[in-house]
Amino acid sequence: MKFVDEFRAPELIAKAGEEIRRLADANRHYRIMEVCGGHTHAIYRFGLKDLLPANVELIHGPGCPVCVLPMGRIDDGLSLAAEPNFIFAAFGDMMRVPGTHGSPLEYKARGMDFRIVYSPADALKLARSNPQKHVMFFAIGFETTAPSTALTLMRAKAEGLCNFSVFCNHVTIIPAIRAILDSPDMRLDGFVGPGHVSTVIGCRPYAWISGDEGKPVVVSGFEPLDILQSIVMLLRQLRRGEAHVENQYKRVVPWEGNRAALRAMGEVFELRPYFEWRGLGFISQSALKIRASYAQWDAEQRFTVPGVRVTDPKAAQCGEVLKGVLKPAQCKLFGRECTPEQPVGALMVSSEGSCAAYYNYEHRKPVTIASAAAI
Amino acid sequence: MATPASKIKFREPQIEMAHGAGGKASRRLVEGLFAPLLFGTSQGPLGDAAHIQINGTRMAMTTDSFVVNPLRFPGGSIGELAINGTVNDLAVSGARAEAIVVSYVLEAGLPTDVLEAEVRAMADAADRAGVTIAGGDTKVVEHGKADGMYITTTGIGRLLSGAEISPQSVRPGDQVLLSGPIGDHGITILLARGELDLEADLRSDTRPVFPLIQALVREAGAGVRWMRDPTRGGVATSLNELARDCGLGIVLFEEKVPVHDSVRGACEILGLDPLHIANEGQFLAVISCELAETALEVLHAIPGGEEAVIIGQVREQPASMVSVTTLYGGNRLVDMLVGDPLPRIC
Repeated sequence: MKFVDEFRAPELIAKAGEEIRRLADANRHYRIMEVCGGHTHAIYRFGLKDLLPANVELIHGPGCPVCVLPMGRIDDGLSLAAEPNFIFAAFGDMMRVPGTHGSPLEYKARGMDFRIVYSPADALKLARSNPQKHVMFFAIGFETTAPSTALTLMRAKAEGLCNFSVFCNHVTIIPAIRAILDSPDMRLDGFVGPGHVSTVIGCRPYAWISGDEGKPVVVSGFEPLDILQSIVMLLRQLRRGEAHVENQYKRVVPWEGNRAALRAMGEVFELRPYFEWRGLGFISQSALKIRASYAQWDAEQRFTVPGVRVTDPKAAQCGEVLKGVLKPAQCKLFGRECTPEQPVGALMVSSEGSCAAYYNYEHRKPVTIASAAAI
Repeated sequence: MATPASKIKFREPQIEMAHGAGGKASRRLVEGLFAPLLFGTSQGPLGDAAHIQINGTRMAMTTDSFVVNPLRFPGGSIGELAINGTVNDLAVSGARAEAIVVSYVLEAGLPTDVLEAEVRAMADAADRAGVTIAGGDTKVVEHGKADGMYITTTGIGRLLSGAEISPQSVRPGDQVLLSGPIGDHGITILLARGELDLEADLRSDTRPVFPLIQALVREAGAGVRWMRDPTRGGVATSLNELARDCGLGIVLFEEKVPVHDSVRGACEILGLDPLHIANEGQFLAVISCELAETALEVLHAIPGGEEAVIIGQVREQPASMVSVTTLYGGNRLVDMLVGDPLPRIC
């Protein structure tokens, strides 16, 4: 398959692995955070951890949009689904995320109308073909998915489509990285930077991480070779004692980002003063809300939602895992009360969540159990 | 016969879609509720067909309901599936399908020509598979209470001589054989629903696998330890069930698992694993190491068996689990499917 197989070629992967072992200083322990859930998934799916030396440790970051959404927001969205003639549309990732009274899939089993869409434009199509019903798109995601929500809202407005709205949970990546770096119990050497987010925002917004914090950032693609090459680039910088923002994912990410996408976001969204993140708490200016000029299509403005805050179960340590302070298996609930089938925390739900990735691909491996005991 | 309540382990308050998806939830329902109440046990492997003896003749019996949406899709339709599915369940139990009975649940308002097309499809499929349709029943439910039609087929077959198939006979060193490329059926159905804006040149792989299995058992019968058709839940779920039932580890070699490019592409885009996608015309077999080459040669010589490959082997470790060795020598575990496969966003 073109543009995939080239980045999975075993001989190139083996070479990158060798280069990493050559560059890694044996007397030093490297802690590198991959920000993106897509990276976490690929690392486990392709068994890349097995190719790294023991002193190059990957820490899973907060870049899984499903995982960082607090339960209160899910409850708010689900509270509307019981309205008559209502269609709740969401990405597949959302369907198993538990709210207080069940996940969207469980609501669906009880007879409410939930549809999985692959793009917000598909939700708009549903609204066009079901004029007697109201279609609400439950929007999640970082800057990766926010532009397509923005364009969909612009189209809804242009068409005057009144039976469509968006429940907006879009968040922005930079404040989350800042929150992690501000966390006192966190020590990181560098970042494998988000690939898809950067196609929209470009590489410039990471300059403060290298400039002010002195940590290198390499924006990375999602194939095995991309990720290993990004680790090579980080280790080279670290070896030279440098800290820059570099772009490994040049075939997709323009340095300046995608201006048209940013313009669409600017037209439709404004920053919320603050927003609650699961595990990270309230972070100021970290999320997007729909502007007043689009109020008619904003489910939160159009309908009444309870606006409840639901605290995570006390025993669940999603926050610590999300920040990279704990490994998934170190959480008290991991693999016992909390499994992909019956997730307590959202990190266990999305296949990009670090707990689900770890559970599905890794934790029962005999070798890993031995090394986890050594931590 | 009263079953003590303590034996019933299924405590979930309501039935969810996942309980029918063929993965872990299905297994919990069957082992936690059906088995203790109906068979008085929750122990022992649950195969594709039940083995029974009638006047000393060893028979296999199976039943399956088909609830596919849409009713017709590239490469097949619900009627064809309903015959092939049951014929295949018998085949992987080592049996030749002899007779099938059919139950239809029809929705009021179903156009007659749609029904006729499916009944014809069944007659054709039965003819191809060499099985008699011996009887049937029809019920009609109100409009809106079924997706057009549901079909249940129940089949009975005679066990092939020389077929001794059970997870307990699987040994470390045995080879895992797959009859051909995986994922065609599941991805075809996903795309045929038209909910995702994706198109691919794909057809369901639905077909009877009996001719392949008959030859396999004839030529390498002593080495055939276990077989399964990896339908719902895919190869990963079937092999996990085997690993659990025999207590051994199954190690797959990623580069050996055949997947058509269009299936791979769709899985990449949707974030799905081909190992979890349903098949309707393939089977998995565990073959003793000595007879694995013979088994491949036999299959390669039969039309429809050309793409058979060895995709992995049975080892002591990881006990009761399935692990995949990636292209790079790294490895990952592959679990049963949890719920339905859901596309992810990024």
